[in-house]
This record gives sequence, structure tokens and C-alpha cells, in this order.
Amino acid sequence: MKKEELLVAALKNGTVIDHIPSGLVFKIVDLLDLQHEQSSVTIGYNLESEKIGRKGIIKVADRFFSDEEISRLSVTAPNVVLNIIRDYEVVEKKTVVIPDELHGIVRCPNPKCISNNEPMASFFHVINKEERLLKCHYCEKELNV
Amino acid sequence: MHSLVTIADLEKEKILSLLASAARFEAQPNRKTLDGRVVATLFFEPSTRTRLSFETAANRLGARVIGFSDAATSSSSKGESLKDTIMMVSNYADIIVMRHHLEGAARYASEVSPVPIINAGDGANQHPSQTMLDLYSIQKTQGTLDDLDICLVGDLKYGRTVHSLIMAMRHFHPHFHFVAPTELAMPAEHKLYCREHGIDYDEHTELTQQLIDNSDIIYMTRVQRERFTDLMEYERVKNVYVLRAEQLRHTRDNLRILHPLPRVGEIAYDVDDCPQAYYFQQAKNGLFVRQALICDCLDVES
Repeated sequence: MKKEELLVAALKNGTVIDHIPSGLVFKIVDLLDLQHEQSSVTIGYNLESEKIGRKGIIKVADRFFSDEEISRLSVTAPNVVLNIIRDYEVVEKKTVVIPDELHGIVRCPNPKCISNNEPMASFFHVINKEERLLKCHYCEKELNV
Repeated sequence: MHSLVTIADLEKEKILSLLASAARFEAQPNRKTLDGRVVATLFFEPSTRTRLSFETAANRLGARVIGFSDAATSSSSKGESLKDTIMMVSNYADIIVMRHHLEGAARYASEVSPVPIINAGDGANQHPSQTMLDLYSIQKTQGTLDDLDICLVGDLKYGRTVHSLIMAMRHFHPHFHFVAPTELAMPAEHKLYCREHGIDYDEHTELTQQLIDNSDIIYMTRVQRERFTDLMEYERVKNVYVLRAEQLRHTRDNLRILHPLPRVGEIAYDVDDCPQAYYFQQAKNGLFVRQALICDCLDVES
């Protein structure tokens, strides 16, 4: 797609989160806490995509996400790509890397787990990144995401 | 000072030194090692045997005991969080022994508590003092923990004691025989654990005479009616997993029968008089093991 056909305005500096499955756009807004972002945020969804049919895209001006922030997307949207834009050019493409530990991101599916019954954050160890296998730090139950 | 949450946290050397300490307590259980200290026993879920065993251990060490035996008589019935209860009690006690119906409760408590936590059972998850007393009983009756034939019988699906025992025995080259009805067979994750740790095992659906005669330890567990979706299946299997004295005529001399208790019928009462019966002594061993665990968590010489 050429620049004149762009569906949303180009960004001077910031981050473009691309290849988001359309249904997950607002989940990602949530995970990255973009509701409270001060700079301009452009959100598009149901855009045509050759790769995934219909995609969502989020552009955040003057904002660059840390690896820790990006890792929060690893369970919900592992295949999104973050384009780092400086002076209208993509200077880096970042993919989501699943971290060794997930704090407060996944809810433990075990209703008898202490993490579902106390005012506390969930905590999972990632025991197999390829198989996306997690183990609850508390009840020790395993979970596939 | 440190907490004890799961047997998986204990290295081989640590297990062996705790067992040696338990043996010294068996030789001389009444000491004033913890004179002036306070041990709290917080039983958010009732468990009379485990509580009495821990409280006796603390008393025989000279400590004072505070606590509750039922969540109904504690502030958690008023909606207090576990964290708040632990923080309050840690103001008063030097160590907290806790049992809770929620899984992971002891791990969480150990992370928020300024004093050591001993897990006395967290739901279906872990019960490390039970595992330690099982190991102590095996070592005491066999003279070793190495290279034993151990037959695990009954509910191998939900029985946390057998899962923890497998984990703890990984250091000692055991050969396990898993004997369970199909509905209660050993879950795949635990068999995977065995393969990953080089633990030898085979599986059976019946407790045959040949298995009995070729075992060093038979570890019986309760087959509970509520575990079955098909009650016909329960009626069929419940008698298959009953051990009787007549089956113990040609066993190895060193065979001992263990059971975490309470039993409901899986060991016939005539077995009690056989030399192989060991389950009551096994429970008694829990006292010495718990003395060793309390002292270890408090870094007190024993």
C-alpha cells in the first residue's frame, strides 16, 4: 500500500502497533493503559489486511514502549508488531517476546487458587515458551494460553 | 529463618539432614529447645490429626501454642483477608503453622509474613510434613531410601500425598508400581515428571498377589466414593482395593504397609495384627518429623 492510500494519518515520532486481530484492539488499549495516555492516540480497526483479513492498528505519538510493557501483550496478542517511528521512518520493528514471568496479566483458572480469593496480583511462571505453557506460582496448576 | 511450603523446595541433602534430626527427636522427644517461644497454629480448615501432631511437637519442644482450629472461630469468618490475619499473628508468634482450604495459600502467606510459615496443607496442593513423615517411615523400616520397590495403591489421581511422595523420592532411584482403577489412574503430568527425572514406574489396575509379594512398601490410599462419576464403577472397584491379612503370608520380610490415614476400609482390620502393618507408627513418626521441621525453620540446633 502506498503512502497516499494510508487509511490513518502518518506518525512523525512514536509507535505503531500493527497486525492486531480486530477484536483485540481495546484489550491492548487496556493492557498498555492507553486510556490515560496524554499524547495523541489513533485507533483503527476492521481495516483490510492481506495477512490476517481484518486487522486493528494503534498509533501512539511520541511514545515508545519498554520491553516490560510489550511483554504484557504476549498472552493476548503474541503476533502484533510494534513499529518504532522516528521522523516518519520505521527505524525498528519489535515483536512481542513472552517473558519468564507474568505478573497480574493472566487470571488463574483454578477457582480454589489463593490468587482468585485474595486482593493480590496473579503470578505465573512461563515453563515452555513454544508450547505457551504457564504454571501458577501459587496453586502450581499448569495453564496453556 | 525460612518457610516450608513444598517438598519440591528441598534438596536431597536437606531431606536427609531433616530425617536425621527427626531420628534424634525420636530418641529424645522432650526438650526445652524452644523455651519461651510461641508457635501459632492457624487451621483455616479443620484437621484434628495434623493440628494435634504439630501442637504436640511444639509443646514437647517447650514452646507455647496459640491459634485456632476452625476458620469459623477466626476473623476470616468476618471477611478478613489471609494477609491481614497473617500480619496480625506474626506480631505475636515466632512461627506460623497453617492449613488452608485454598491452593497456594501457604506460598502467599510465606511471601507476606515476616516470620516463617510451615504449610500444614493447602487444599489439594501440598502437605510437606506428611511427605517428610512418609520418607521417615520408609527410611526407618527399610534402613535406606535407595532402590526400593514402592507400590502406590488407590486414588492416584487426586491423592496429593502420593504425588508429593513421588517428587520427594526422585533423589533415591525408586521403582514405583501404580495400582489404581482407570478412573483414578496416575495423571499424565506426574508420569511425565517420573520420565523427566528418570524414575522407573509401571501401571496396574489390580493389586495382584505378585505385586504384594515383590514390594518393599505398599502405600495404601482412600478410594472415595465422591470421586466417581459412575457409582457402579465405585461398587465394583472398592473391594478390589482392600488389603487383607491372608494376602500377606508370603511377602518380603521387610514389607511395610503405609497409609496417610484416616482409612475407611481399604485396609481390613485383621491386617492391624500383621507385622507388616505400620500405619499407626507412621502417624506417630509425624511428631518427630514436625519437631525437626519447626526447629529447622527457626534455625534452631536440634
